[in-house]
Amino acid sequence: MLQRSYDRVTQSLFDRAQSLGIETGIDRLGRQEPQCGFGQLGSCCRMCYMGPCRIDPFGEGAQTGVCGATVDTIVCRNLLREEVGGAASHVGHARHVVLTFKKMLEGKAPGYHITDRGKLLEIADRLGIERDGRSDEDIASEVVERALEDFTRQDGGMLNWLRLHAPEKAIEKWQRLGIVVSNAHNEIEEAMHRTSMGNDADPVNLLLAALKIGLVDGYAGLHMATDFQDIMFGTPQVRKIEASPAVLEKNMVNIAMHGHNPLLSEKILEWAGRLEEDAKKEGAEGINVVGVCCTGNELTMRHNVPMAAHNLQSELIMLTGAVDAMVVDIQCIWPGSEKVAECFHTKVITTEPFVKIPGAMHIDFEPENADERAEKIVREAIDAFTKRKDKEVFIPEGKATGLVGFSVEAILDVLKRINPEDPLMPVIDNIKSGNIFGAVGFAGCPSIKMRHTNMTEIMVKEMLKNNILVVTTGCTAHICAQAGLMNTDATELYCGEGLKSVLHALGDAAGLGAPLPPVWHMGSCVDNSRIATLLGALADRLGVDISELPVAGSAPELVQEKAVSIGTWLLALGLMVHIAPHPRIMGSPVAVKVLTEGLKDLTGGYAFVELDPLKAAEGIVQHIKDRRKALGI
Amino acid sequence: MKRVFLDLSRCTGCRSCELACAVQHSRSQNLFEAIFESPPPRKRTYLESIDGIPYPARCMHCSEAPCIEVCPVSAMYREEEFQTVRVDKERCMGCLMCAMVCPNGVIGFDPYKGVAIKCGLCRSRLREGRVPACVESCPTGALSFGEFEELERQKRLRTARVVLKAVKLAEQGTLPIYSERTGGE
Repeated sequence: MLQRSYDRVTQSLFDRAQSLGIETGIDRLGRQEPQCGFGQLGSCCRMCYMGPCRIDPFGEGAQTGVCGATVDTIVCRNLLREEVGGAASHVGHARHVVLTFKKMLEGKAPGYHITDRGKLLEIADRLGIERDGRSDEDIASEVVERALEDFTRQDGGMLNWLRLHAPEKAIEKWQRLGIVVSNAHNEIEEAMHRTSMGNDADPVNLLLAALKIGLVDGYAGLHMATDFQDIMFGTPQVRKIEASPAVLEKNMVNIAMHGHNPLLSEKILEWAGRLEEDAKKEGAEGINVVGVCCTGNELTMRHNVPMAAHNLQSELIMLTGAVDAMVVDIQCIWPGSEKVAECFHTKVITTEPFVKIPGAMHIDFEPENADERAEKIVREAIDAFTKRKDKEVFIPEGKATGLVGFSVEAILDVLKRINPEDPLMPVIDNIKSGNIFGAVGFAGCPSIKMRHTNMTEIMVKEMLKNNILVVTTGCTAHICAQAGLMNTDATELYCGEGLKSVLHALGDAAGLGAPLPPVWHMGSCVDNSRIATLLGALADRLGVDISELPVAGSAPELVQEKAVSIGTWLLALGLMVHIAPHPRIMGSPVAVKVLTEGLKDLTGGYAFVELDPLKAAEGIVQHIKDRRKALGI
Repeated sequence: MKRVFLDLSRCTGCRSCELACAVQHSRSQNLFEAIFESPPPRKRTYLESIDGIPYPARCMHCSEAPCIEVCPVSAMYREEEFQTVRVDKERCMGCLMCAMVCPNGVIGFDPYKGVAIKCGLCRSRLREGRVPACVESCPTGALSFGEFEELERQKRLRTARVVLKAVKLAEQGTLPIYSERTGGE
């Protein structure tokens, strides 16, 4: 096992794995290291069967592939394919939600309802849909039509969801670059086509295509998913939660929801409530649904469900022996989890027909049979509990508490109490005065290669010290919650005086009797849309482009292709995007030059690669200083 | 005496050893910084292939080293600590006589410094208790590092295990070929 030390709770689970002789990711990583240099540089090409080819970065060996592709072509093609993997995941997620919503409207998915009517009507208005004299269902059907048009249209017209959410100035910028996107599926098809053997060899053209896939992800993926999820399940409001693997309960039926789509987790939560008495009959004190990864974020933002684990901890929490069922849907589910589960009575239950794991139980979950299947799954968990209830469990101690649920709507609700006519004005005044020196969005994953460095926590604390407000999503939000950074105490502990005064004022306005926390949990990975909405509103109110704002994005522990495509969307919007570990572009001088420098002249955005947390924080602070200077504040 | 051993049946020709070797000889010793260094770092291990079968070559640190014998300025010498053959870059005048007499073809030339370069068995790593960079980078275990006698013994034991297992099975009459042969009698 690699000798690295992690936070206390995570370490205790790694230690338990070692004492039980159970293999985890840290063992598997140890056997992979050192990892392939060509792979890390992005300079290995497997697009055709004349290869695989790899380029010698030190100039002594091969400088082109068999077909003559240079390292720039190879790296940029590989990058574009990574983007497609990410965008396809988010677009697939969004389309799944939209189709379920459609089935609900048609009466074929009785388990689902419209929860946030206001958001539905607001979106209908912004899409220019006539509302007079029409039923909600009728209006909703037309909203669905507009969404599905983004997967069907063949006229090259602008993606509806891009027009719906992108700032006007950004759209103008993208039109000048020729990267405005249309049908999301066509864009993904074209990207796969252009990267197959013997097509696009121009690295700059490939990088522009990468920006297009970033836009597909941002609008046909993230924004569309968030919109329909809010309409169906409600727009999050600020609420208090607990975070840590310690939220598992010895005497309860523990169901860990892992994956991404609330279509499943919402129904499981509902049925856990309905079958509470059945669980008690089996000797349990009740049913404890806990959240893992992004579906955990969805549940906690809407229902206070405890945040049990980020992605790296997803297999570790099963080492407690207390998880009765880990119910999963899509994305970020490690196949190795099943091997850990096998050592206990834990049932891993897959639910998506295209996501199966050898050894796991599979129960197909479709919108039409949501209630029946959700009940079956919860009963499986109760059954597992009956087998383990007298066995010993190991649940680490140490829960963190914090506030979550900072949707744009929730933030505006607080701000309206200060200035009902112009709610953004107090924020803008405080940005101008420097009380809020800037804002940084932290998103993405916990990297098993970097988690022992506390990269995320150190960077976030540096931001707060410099009066930079932090918003976060995804597994990064789990890291922050577990580190206590979403607790109101963190405001006193870590913030500079300016930020502290603002958070106190906001806490008072919200009637909390305490300051707001300095790190705002804005949701799951698809909810990076919320961050973009907030930035767009701020930029519009100031009359500037998003790229001019004193803000930045960071994926401090990048793991998934999805983080790559989200990051690229932010680059297209014009943000500085900090990335660690090294993105697989370093083998290409052209990709490095364009993404870290040249892009500044095209969108205003640029990538910043830095693995040292303090140096990374310093770079971001400097960027924000430069942006403030350019704005004359 | 510790040496790098090669198991040719395990080499896939991935060139990880070459890459790791160059990084080891960079100023930063970090892949992501080394690729931006000028002059670029140079490797001391060379992957060749014949009919698609790879062969990674590097200095074998010969006991009777012709490169040492031939060097007119005594730049090539044997150091005490690990008994490796090394080049004194101050003395070397880049005549490459060493390369000409090397039967393995594993002496290179640094065009920037004008001197011979060769594998030094990663002495700095050995002092830290680590294995040479090429061995660490090898994903299949084609390269291994250890005491020469111990590496040889490991090979003997590997063969012995196979033989002894076969003998045992034969005694039990469960060795397929053995029982087939004797079964009809």
